[in-house]
Amino acid sequence: MKKLVTHQGVTAPLLRTNIDTDAIIPSREMKLVSKKGLGEGLFAGWRYTEAGGRTPNPDFILNKEAYKNTSILLSSKNFGCGSSREHAVWALAEYGIRVIIASSFGAIFYGNCTRNGILPVVLPDEVIVELAAQIEDPQKDKVTVDLAEKVVISVKGEKHPFIISKGCREMLLEGLDQIGVTMRQGADIVNFESLYSKRRSWLY
Amino acid sequence: MAKTLFDKLWTDHEVAVLEDNVSLLYIDRIFLHERTGSIALESLASDDRVVRNPEKVFCTMDHIVDTHTGRTDETLVPGGKQFIQSTRAASKAAGIKLFDITDPWQGIAHVISPELGIVQPGCTLICPDSHTCSQGALGALAWGVGSSEAEHAMATNTLVVKRPNTMRVNFTGKLPSGLTAKDLILHLISKYGAAGGSGCAIEFAGEVVENLSIEARLTLCNMAVEFSAFTGLIAPDQKTIEYLQGKQYAPTGDKWLEANKYWATLSTDAGAVFDKEITIICDDLSPVVTWGTSPQHACGVTDNVPSIPFTVDANEKASYARAYQYMDLHAEQLIESLSIDAAFIGSCTNSRISDLREAAGILKGRKVAEGVNAICVPGSKEVKRMAEKEGLDKIFIDAGFEWREPGCSMCFFAGGENFGFRKRVISSTNRNFEGRQGPETRSHLASPITVAASAITGKITDPRKFL
Repeated sequence: MKKLVTHQGVTAPLLRTNIDTDAIIPSREMKLVSKKGLGEGLFAGWRYTEAGGRTPNPDFILNKEAYKNTSILLSSKNFGCGSSREHAVWALAEYGIRVIIASSFGAIFYGNCTRNGILPVVLPDEVIVELAAQIEDPQKDKVTVDLAEKVVISVKGEKHPFIISKGCREMLLEGLDQIGVTMRQGADIVNFESLYSKRRSWLY
Repeated sequence: MAKTLFDKLWTDHEVAVLEDNVSLLYIDRIFLHERTGSIALESLASDDRVVRNPEKVFCTMDHIVDTHTGRTDETLVPGGKQFIQSTRAASKAAGIKLFDITDPWQGIAHVISPELGIVQPGCTLICPDSHTCSQGALGALAWGVGSSEAEHAMATNTLVVKRPNTMRVNFTGKLPSGLTAKDLILHLISKYGAAGGSGCAIEFAGEVVENLSIEARLTLCNMAVEFSAFTGLIAPDQKTIEYLQGKQYAPTGDKWLEANKYWATLSTDAGAVFDKEITIICDDLSPVVTWGTSPQHACGVTDNVPSIPFTVDANEKASYARAYQYMDLHAEQLIESLSIDAAFIGSCTNSRISDLREAAGILKGRKVAEGVNAICVPGSKEVKRMAEKEGLDKIFIDAGFEWREPGCSMCFFAGGENFGFRKRVISSTNRNFEGRQGPETRSHLASPITVAASAITGKITDPRKFL
């Protein structure tokens, strides 16, 4: 998994509540049994003029020249709600998104981000609105995220601390594969199982 | 100390505490489907990892399988056949049970898992599908995960889980005639918002929930995820035990008795404290229908489309404005004035036998309005068999509904079949997101009886007119 320690990038605001994973990647764009080839389908319903088409919709923010190479998204409440499709995160990662700052996330989406090198940051709506307001020229006015220090730094240099679990932070900082980490606890699992299978024998 | 049902389930599965509020939990059952399960199985194999305990993993074909009579591996979904065939090959290689297209028990994961007794009170069950929370209705800790987490669970029988906050939603009073579990959950989401249960494990309780059938409880818990909850759950009771007895994968003999003894302990202790508690008095509720593009955009079927509340912030206002435009309606428009192009009964929310019986009760001896494309897709082969035995299929067909083979079908648009550009659909499904059921298709979520009543009149209609 791609590591993330600090990141500075073009930051695009999508300040709307409840942006769901169907919007992030419509099901019709999930054409292959693969985690790859999904970047083109990112936000397809908004990004292109028609379903299945590839003509860019000039009104959609990520299609604007000023937001070229966007790598940080700002949103609002409940970002990534809805379907569990990890394709939404694979599509964001392939497009080049490294950080998403929102006031809350769909729980499954949050977990999917941390397993794919994308940092989900929870900050209050008013802070996010202010982060967006300070960006005049998106190509120059970049937001910075420092995962080591657990702060978001606005264009004007204000620091906004955020909370992330130790496990998620380490996974992103070091680019760890969680399955590999858990497998080191194999003995704990076997011990638990030997007691549990007696206690709840009907599940075996 | 008094414990909640959730606390009991969590503690029982805790293999290790990894940090404050994060534990390694033991996973009893894993369910997969061809849409995301295929990728999880292939990815696991390509990393040279094996399924640790194949007997605990089940897979079904539901998401993109065709639902027309006489179906094969062919599907209108682009690339769909590859998903189906690779799931079949990967399931075989991993040695897991697959409910394939021709299996007599094939159906939607969250319909067949309870139907077969795979999910049981007190167990943990995960599936790379957000509506896995449905299965909490039997008193299990069941939740939706991503593909990577499904791989983790298959490889280790565990998951790293952040402990969710707890919430209890009490539905009290008496459920009025014409109201269903679907109306209850839509009402809850509209009142507290689509993020109202954000990250919580929600126990549904109160006399209204106690009086619901197991199938209705599955509907209630199904949409916990549309409330942004980690999961929904309901304490198992005598109804749960009667429901499970004799099911294919349910315990038998001494093990059944032993299990029953444990299940009797699975309820929230008196005095246990939840992080949040909500009470909904049900006596005066009306049937609910959504008007916008989030499940929180819902109101009584006899109401007008709501105006933007004064209390909401700019971001929420933007969502309202966008929803009016997308849905081609305006504030204060009468919901019952909206004409529909299509009516759909199906999905993991409302495709069980009780849903079909209730809808058939309204459709019997009546006809679907001219020009309305009406489709019924039973949730499983078993539901379909039961319905056909009772003659429900004839009622649906005589009324003008299509009668299909089981699957998720047109709950979502995957590039194949859909309701059409900008068509208005009344649907017993769970998501009214933009483009969910077709290109710019306008979805209104409602109970199966509201869908049936609307199909007959050709407009969104209060089902109580037909009761």
